[in-house]
Amino acid sequence: MAKVEQRASLPKSDLHDVLREMLLIRRFEEKVEERFRAGELPGFLHVAIGQEACAVGVCRALEDGDVIASTHRAHGHTLAKGTHPNELMAELYGKQEGCSHGYGGSMHLYDVERGNLGANAVVGGGLPQITGAALAFKLRGEPRVALAFFGDGATNIGTFHEALNLAQLWRVPAVFVLEDNKWAESTPESQHSPIRDLSERAKAFGMKTLKADGQDVETVYKTARKALDQARRGDGPVFVHLETIRFTGHYIGDPQVYRDRDEVRKLRQERDPIELLRGKLEVSDEDYAALDAEVSEIVEASVEFAKAGTDPAPEDALKNIYA
Amino acid sequence: MPELTYREAVRDALARAMRQDDDVFIMGEDIAEMGGSMGVTAGMLDEFGPERVRNTPISEMALAGAAIGAAVQGMRPVAEIMYEDFLTLAAEQIVNQAAKHRYMSGGQVTVPVVFRTQGGAGWSPGAQHAQQLEAWFVHIPGLKVVFASTPEDVRGLLWSAIYDDNPVVFFEHRTLYPIKGDVPQEIEAIPIGKARVHREGEDVTVIATGRLVHESLQAAEEAERDGISVEVVDPRTLQPLDEETLVSSVKKTNRAVVAHEAVTRMGFGAEVASVLQYQAFDWLDAPIERVGAKFSPLPFAPVMEAFVVPHAEDVLAAVKRTVGKA
Repeated sequence: MAKVEQRASLPKSDLHDVLREMLLIRRFEEKVEERFRAGELPGFLHVAIGQEACAVGVCRALEDGDVIASTHRAHGHTLAKGTHPNELMAELYGKQEGCSHGYGGSMHLYDVERGNLGANAVVGGGLPQITGAALAFKLRGEPRVALAFFGDGATNIGTFHEALNLAQLWRVPAVFVLEDNKWAESTPESQHSPIRDLSERAKAFGMKTLKADGQDVETVYKTARKALDQARRGDGPVFVHLETIRFTGHYIGDPQVYRDRDEVRKLRQERDPIELLRGKLEVSDEDYAALDAEVSEIVEASVEFAKAGTDPAPEDALKNIYA
Repeated sequence: MPELTYREAVRDALARAMRQDDDVFIMGEDIAEMGGSMGVTAGMLDEFGPERVRNTPISEMALAGAAIGAAVQGMRPVAEIMYEDFLTLAAEQIVNQAAKHRYMSGGQVTVPVVFRTQGGAGWSPGAQHAQQLEAWFVHIPGLKVVFASTPEDVRGLLWSAIYDDNPVVFFEHRTLYPIKGDVPQEIEAIPIGKARVHREGEDVTVIATGRLVHESLQAAEEAERDGISVEVVDPRTLQPLDEETLVSSVKKTNRAVVAHEAVTRMGFGAEVASVLQYQAFDWLDAPIERVGAKFSPLPFAPVMEAFVVPHAEDVLAAVKRTVGKA
């Protein structure tokens, strides 16, 4: 219990580390955009620029042994859960050194050793499996928690409702984190949900819900900590509703014809989670520039690592189909 | 050797695995107090309790997905999908998730889960409670697919499926639950990927699955009265497929009939016919015959249902066509 109390909020030194991690994720995703537009990255990609506080705040609150399922917008979750930027970038380049060894790509990032059970390209696809992982922890009496990230679009799909219902019915140690950026791809929440407060959906199952400003990393951390503590105590699953903002399009290259550009600009100026924390910590311009240089160097190195990586042999495609 | 029904044989495999291994548990709709819609899990709640014999809501996506999630954590869940028609509801989790986690992760994830299900016509359930959908799942790399037709096979193959490190879709046939057969005293794993020759013959090979194995054995006896010697082979596992046993049988008999209850068009028999024509082309003395359901949903009225699905006489007619005695 002492540890829980001690960790209920983050000391200032940790917040500096949090700022560094959020900035690293930001610079990483900006680099991904740049390299994608340069034609170096296959497939298509979704960045979570603007949502960094959700990934970092939640993953900081996890204990070793806890597991996550992520979404198609997974770079931040993956880095925040501990995967090295080199391994993530190498995956985006389709290299053997990648965290999924070139078999997955941006929407299928795995790092099982670090508790990342996989990003999922099917909206809501990971949720039932988080209920199942939590069931395994419960059956084995292990003090572990399984946590799912998903967006507001996922709250309309059957797996969301079925997974939450079963998790609450069986009171498994699961946490469901809604990253509510108000957009399902290009469709605004007003067009995809008949209700405005999506946590009502979890309440309908009798699930405890916690709401937090997803742009304030300290609040996200505290809220996630509270949710994880309840789940770990055996008091049942918790729904965490984070209100956040996607500063960019649904995918890299999305012209966003559906969105008001002035509004996005204003949100970027006023609600950037990195700027908000920087202001709170009163980081000087000089210190911030040094921090930026440091993380940018890590990101640059990850690109060099990835480019120097090993291409899989074509016939490697026939491996890893069966255990 | 003890005699068990097909139903008891399934239960015996589940119970023995659960007795020896805490990681094995079963979940599904109505499987606890009710013992499952087919009575397969009757009595298991009393022995193992509600934590390991888990009733679920009518919620196939969640029950399939939860089984996958527990399997990824190293447990060996057996999820019962009450009717194979309801695999359609669980298909996303089985096809996109269970089948692909290992691959998409580059080999990091293991998914030792079994989806037991059953179906089959012959009792007028209508179009949504008796389809035979096994071919759909054979088409998905990453899944193993089993379809056992005897008590001995269903027990030994289910045992292997539970201890396989891959997701297995395990088909049972409703009308086979009451049939009886001898099984070994101690459970013996039957390897996944090994066909069974039920009856040796010289003139025609019938490759059949599920209920059609029994229909084909009956047809073989009738054919024998007409002087036609029929070999009956059950692949038992559709993926992986024991091509060697099938091909060598046809190289011996020079004629082949493929038979299943599922709709003929795009049925599993189409794949078998393709394997045979490619690997035994020079040995074939007649076109490969296919026996399956007519291209129709299953109708309700018994006379229409009996008309749509194949029976022994359909196998017999196909056998006779291959030897020019139709």
